[in-house]
Amino acid sequence: MAIRSKTFRESYYEDIKLFKTIWIKSWIGLLLVVLAVLPLIGDPYIIYLINISCIATVAALGLNILTGFTGQISLGHAAFFAIGAYCTAIISSRFQLPFWICLPASGVVAACAGLLVGIPCLRLKGLYLAMATMSFGVVVEYVVITWDSVTKGVRGIGVPTLNLLGYPLDSNNKLYYFMIVLTALAIIAATNLMRTRVGRAFIAIRDRDIAAEVMGVSLTQYKVMAFAISSFYAGIAGGLYAYVMEYIHPEHFTFLLSVQYLAMIIVGGLGSILGSIFGAVFITVIPEFIKGLAQFLTLLFPAIEDKYDDGWNIAAFGLLIMLFLIFEPKGLSGIWTRIKTCFKNWPYTY
Amino acid sequence: MNAGLMFFIQLVISGIALGCLYALIAVGFVLILKATDILNFAQGEVIMLSAFICYFLVTTFHLPFLLAILLTGIIAGLMGFVTERLVLRPMLGEPVFAVVMVTIGLSIFLRSMAGILFGHNNLVFPSPIPKEAVRMGGIVLSQTEIWLMLSTFVLITVFFIFFKYSRMGLAMRGTADDQDVALLMGISVKQVFALIWAVSFITAAVSGVFLANIMVINLGLTFVAISAFPAIILGGLESIPGAIIGGLAIGIIENLAGGYLDQIIGGGVKDVTPFVVLFLVLMIRPYGLFGKKEIERV
Repeated sequence: MAIRSKTFRESYYEDIKLFKTIWIKSWIGLLLVVLAVLPLIGDPYIIYLINISCIATVAALGLNILTGFTGQISLGHAAFFAIGAYCTAIISSRFQLPFWICLPASGVVAACAGLLVGIPCLRLKGLYLAMATMSFGVVVEYVVITWDSVTKGVRGIGVPTLNLLGYPLDSNNKLYYFMIVLTALAIIAATNLMRTRVGRAFIAIRDRDIAAEVMGVSLTQYKVMAFAISSFYAGIAGGLYAYVMEYIHPEHFTFLLSVQYLAMIIVGGLGSILGSIFGAVFITVIPEFIKGLAQFLTLLFPAIEDKYDDGWNIAAFGLLIMLFLIFEPKGLSGIWTRIKTCFKNWPYTY
Repeated sequence: MNAGLMFFIQLVISGIALGCLYALIAVGFVLILKATDILNFAQGEVIMLSAFICYFLVTTFHLPFLLAILLTGIIAGLMGFVTERLVLRPMLGEPVFAVVMVTIGLSIFLRSMAGILFGHNNLVFPSPIPKEAVRMGGIVLSQTEIWLMLSTFVLITVFFIFFKYSRMGLAMRGTADDQDVALLMGISVKQVFALIWAVSFITAAVSGVFLANIMVINLGLTFVAISAFPAIILGGLESIPGAIIGGLAIGIIENLAGGYLDQIIGGGVKDVTPFVVLFLVLMIRPYGLFGKKEIERV
């Protein structure tokens, strides 16, 4: 990545600082202001979309820590998400416990499930790991449907409203600030994690696991840690999902959801925090975009009316995954970096 | 013979029939894996699409059954060529993860396009195979199952002869062994790759046609291909005999679990058993029964 001219760094610490220049700080400040006033002027549906994007961001961050940074393929991320969602739903509806117990509990239970998968999967990598995590996903889906006495099976569970210190967050606009704050926390935590020894160990494992081991990185410890952290994120995201949707059903957590999360981190950019955010928002918004396009085309060609259904969105995910992998493996964050570099160096190419 | 033993034998025999189907699907996977080191997650979609194509050839175009199968095979082969050329060729030399994800993207894309084109209804294939069951000493088998076992046997023999004696088969084995050496020996690796995808898709088409005879045709057929993963893992990813034995074993285990455990736990055990087996095999012997343990160098 090109460094802005007249930027001189004197220590390694400056190289890994969170906010490198005053510009980054001011842009982020501006973004926060926009996010803060948005619910006052924005359409409720847009607020709902942002809430859903926040959930997706948290889950995609988790998956990116595991797959993008540590290089462990997971095709069963929906399972951890489901575990988190059901944990929150069951605890909060049966025992009427507040959210500050439910959400962390979801995270911890999902992290335990992550350990359960991570420890036996230590010896596996590549295709084998992909298949093992996928079969874990299938088994969890089966358990959720069949274990009727706990999960209420195919009838689904209703989730009580999130109650923030006696103040019920019963609409999307009220949930909005809660989601933004939690998502910001998740992003900061992930960024910080990647600046530490742990983050560097993850990246070393991804790049060459045997070499990393020779350098003194304990594969066992860090791979299991990556699984646990990643599923903790997924669990939290699942809990938030339960609160936002107010009703969860086994059909929400299929293999397709796992693929959707993978699509997010591929489209956004593997091994990039910013990429996870871009990808999550992009994949969440794209169905709306396709819907809009379908409506527009219907105006032009009335013959195709009612031809639009969910299938087109899913086809678009598939197509996007293929196109990005073939033409732009660095994803949206790669494009973003290129545009930034282009502006910085203008009028020169480099 | 007592009833318990009879029940057991019945389960095993129909398990073998199911296992033949798994073996056929697994061979489709292993062909590609062996030559190109790619696990094609879209194999299930090819199976499902072939079932649909065969159905429409028979019902809409009123073709005789055998001609329809032949045409389905040809279409599937062409699809194999196109897929290899458009999707996989640009990915040559990319990391495993990227290639796996491309095939997953392809599978999602094909499945939803099939949903858009063919709808989500269940279609019933007008099977030319008579419905009457055959009784052999108290064991009941449907005629479809017998045909399935026979065709699997024939196809696998053909593959065996092809790989053992034909020039192209030798070229394929050479490519699977070492691509660089194969190139040096004057084998066109590109041609081999294209052909192997076509052959694998044709195998998938055959299993698709049989599935259409056994089950109703809908988008869910793809799930059967995923259930064949355990067969490949059990056999050790890159071995064709392994895939066959793995397929048979999974078929029998699945049927036994369905027969005995369903009464205890409740329905649906049959569908998850292969995955539980897969998980166990990966834990205990990740390189399968016939696979080679890989030695890695930095």
